Amino acid sequence: MADIAKLEKVASQVRRDIVRMVHAVNSGHPGGSLGCADYFTALYFDVMKYSTDFKMDGKGEDLFFLSNGHISPVWYSTLARAGFFEVKELATFRKLNTRLQGHPTTHEGLPGVRVASGSLGQGLSVAVGAALTKKHNNDDRIVYSLHGDGELQEGQIWEAAMFAAHNKVDNIISAIDFNGRQIDGDVSDVMDLGNLRGKWESFGWTVTEMDGNNMQAIIDGLAHAKTLTGKGKPVMIIMKTEMGAGVDFMMGSHKWHGVAPNDEQLANALSQLPETLGDY
Amino acid sequence: MKKYTSTGNKDTRSGFGDGLLEAGKKNENVIAMCADLTGSLKMDAFKNEFPDRFIQAGIAEANMIGMAAGMTIGGKIPFTGTFANFSTGRVYDQIRQSVAYSDKNVKICASHAGLTLGEDGATHQILEDIGLMKMLPGMTVINPCDYNQTKAATIAIAEHHGPVYLRFGRPKVPVFMPENEKFVIGEAIHLTEGTDVSIFATGHLVWEALQAAEQLEAKGISAEVINIHTIKPLDAKAVLASVAKTKCVVTAEEHMRHGGLGDSIAQLLSRENPTPMEYVAVNDSFGESGTPEELMTKYGLDAANIVKAAEKVIKRK
Repeated sequence: MADIAKLEKVASQVRRDIVRMVHAVNSGHPGGSLGCADYFTALYFDVMKYSTDFKMDGKGEDLFFLSNGHISPVWYSTLARAGFFEVKELATFRKLNTRLQGHPTTHEGLPGVRVASGSLGQGLSVAVGAALTKKHNNDDRIVYSLHGDGELQEGQIWEAAMFAAHNKVDNIISAIDFNGRQIDGDVSDVMDLGNLRGKWESFGWTVTEMDGNNMQAIIDGLAHAKTLTGKGKPVMIIMKTEMGAGVDFMMGSHKWHGVAPNDEQLANALSQLPETLGDY
Repeated sequence: MKKYTSTGNKDTRSGFGDGLLEAGKKNENVIAMCADLTGSLKMDAFKNEFPDRFIQAGIAEANMIGMAAGMTIGGKIPFTGTFANFSTGRVYDQIRQSVAYSDKNVKICASHAGLTLGEDGATHQILEDIGLMKMLPGMTVINPCDYNQTKAATIAIAEHHGPVYLRFGRPKVPVFMPENEKFVIGEAIHLTEGTDVSIFATGHLVWEALQAAEQLEAKGISAEVINIHTIKPLDAKAVLASVAKTKCVVTAEEHMRHGGLGDSIAQLLSRENPTPMEYVAVNDSFGESGTPEELMTKYGLDAANIVKAAEKVIKRK
């Protein structure tokens, strides 16, 4: 049984890390990062089986791919808090010579990252490829991937969706961060996704939905998703989140997609997020 | 001067197909992926021998490149196959981010490169692909000259760790490189020794360079023909040694002048040993429909134009 209270404490610290990281360099993407803090915490502190002794090949491990790479702060914090690298390295985020590049990369050798992402739409293809290799290697672990809702406007996503269904890639659990916001405004205004569930179902995926800002719902939703694997179809979770979740003034708008808080806003945000594991 | 004879005409894409089959037999991690051009890429033999290791990606090249990057995670060595245009320009950002920047061991194998694709015309005749690929940090760029060399190169890149762009073509062209000669990535091959002019050629133009060298010999000009099958990393030592002797250069390639082999050699020589140089390449133009032979003549990519370029550059010494 997952210890929900403990996971919520981790998520609170991850949110503190996120706002402190983007504040320190006055750049980065806090909104989507905050919205996905609960999902990342659940994945790395309860759901996935992995070794922090990082090996690129990841044989015998669950793998995670972040396709919407701009929410790197939440991933970096989670990786550090999970033990992939020292927490103090979070202080180097987006600074010269850092392994914590603005968008995630393998190029600087950061443990936990298996492909670069940032240019949108590519991560589902990579995840499907990794899932194919797991099948070839008779490796029964799962490949997880996360995608932005705005990112679904990229055509490559749908190429990968068609391929995965046609080829019965059923060892992948993808998730859409469905916060309804993108840089220029609401997704429904910029380019509406229409019947999102119906789209994925018609592309041949098993689709499930979950509340991405409720730890118990995430734990249950990911457990349910796992029961759907191995049945000849790829699995998609439409994960409803709130951009900026956990910091009241960052919620309810797209404007915190890629803007850092100032000193006063940082203090306000931190006052809403208990320090549970110790700041870096 | 050493003479080369053709043992018959074969397409370089068949060298790729036969090399892929052999690489697949040698290493069970070799995977072949194709975007609905299995017959054109001559990947049928691999597909029939290893059906479980052949992936039909459909007409979705971006996804194919992304999946290839993902497949390396866990130790696979994916060879992607489609036309050169769809292997590079169409998927440049996928190669850039998911393959090159991510240091993935993907082999991007591109057929029907250049004008010799023929009648399909300019939409399919990419002449910019070498430039696009060589600009990517860490990318190896290989353009073999005949069936035997393409087969050997295909086998060699399976054993090389890192992203590779392998470029070959559609038409049947003379086979003149020795069968089963080991392919060494980055090591240029001296085909003829000469003293008056260095001719650096790649791909289909290597045979034309040899024909040109014979015509030049008849005119009393000693040409050194060097087969630059690997454009990146360039064999700078071989280029500089030859130029030190001949003091002038002709480059020959089925590619745009901008960004091609000639461009790489000019860049090297401008730094190390500025030398008169002439290009046999396409000059800032798209191609068009026609037979391969007609197109190579119209765009000046043949032995006659290499001879002219050599005579011109010798006068500039």
